[in-house]
Amino acid sequence: MMGPEIPLYLTVASFLFATGALGVLLRRNPLIVLLSLEIMLNGANLAFISFARRLGDGDGQIFAVAVMAVAASEVVVGLGLVVALHRRDLELDVDRLSTLRG
Amino acid sequence: MGDFLVWVVWVAAAFACLGSGIAVVTFSNPFYSALALIGNLASLAVLYLLLAAEFVAAAQVLVYAGAVMVMFLFVIAYVGQRSDTVWTGGPSWQLVGGVLAGGAILVEVIIAIGLGASGRLSDAAEIGAACGSPSEVGRLFLTNHLLAFEITSIVLLVAAVGGVVLGGQSRLFGEVDS
Repeated sequence: MMGPEIPLYLTVASFLFATGALGVLLRRNPLIVLLSLEIMLNGANLAFISFARRLGDGDGQIFAVAVMAVAASEVVVGLGLVVALHRRDLELDVDRLSTLRG
Repeated sequence: MGDFLVWVVWVAAAFACLGSGIAVVTFSNPFYSALALIGNLASLAVLYLLLAAEFVAAAQVLVYAGAVMVMFLFVIAYVGQRSDTVWTGGPSWQLVGGVLAGGAILVEVIIAIGLGASGRLSDAAEIGAACGSPSEVGRLFLTNHLLAFEITSIVLLVAAVGGVVLGGQSRLFGEVDS
């Protein structure tokens, strides 16, 4: 295999996942939380494709495509929620959106 | 020479990927975060190409950087740019706890991969030219992974219906409230 070996790709994937996790945990704007979720999913995707390259078959790439479809669905629902919040004039802050808290 | 070129491309794509990821998390304006995520997705597509996943790289650029991010930017423009002030006012317990949890996740992932597969990761398999091509991915989707393919279509359908319901619901409730 030309260029870097699989562990380097996996390192990048781990750091991407951790960066996204930090964003999900720290940011309070739901839009940026959604963007950080995308980064986490992409870190997982990179790991899937790295392992697919290591094993030499296409199954990991199938997983990656399925994850992309799930990510698109998640964005649709998440952005629908954001738009619904905006229409009801609620503040876009996940710390203050505690109406459904038990 | 070819090996060196691949290394150059890999280093550029990996650092662009990590840098734009950090930019997404740190920008206070959601619009800039979304633009940084487009850069992140594009550099990830380069990494996918280096890993012989041509179809996934193309789908990444078309579906993610094209459709999903356009929808994101549209909603951000619709909602209005409200910068939040998470990085001011000194470290709170939330900031400390979040950084600790994120670091714990990183360490956990690295240890899990390192313990599970450390010595066997480096010798990548020899692959033919067909691996990762659209025809190969399509063949796998319609033979070995047909159930996953159908479930994916149902998930997308449910999400589309949910988006329509969520988009119309608040207006309905607003009329009921008033």
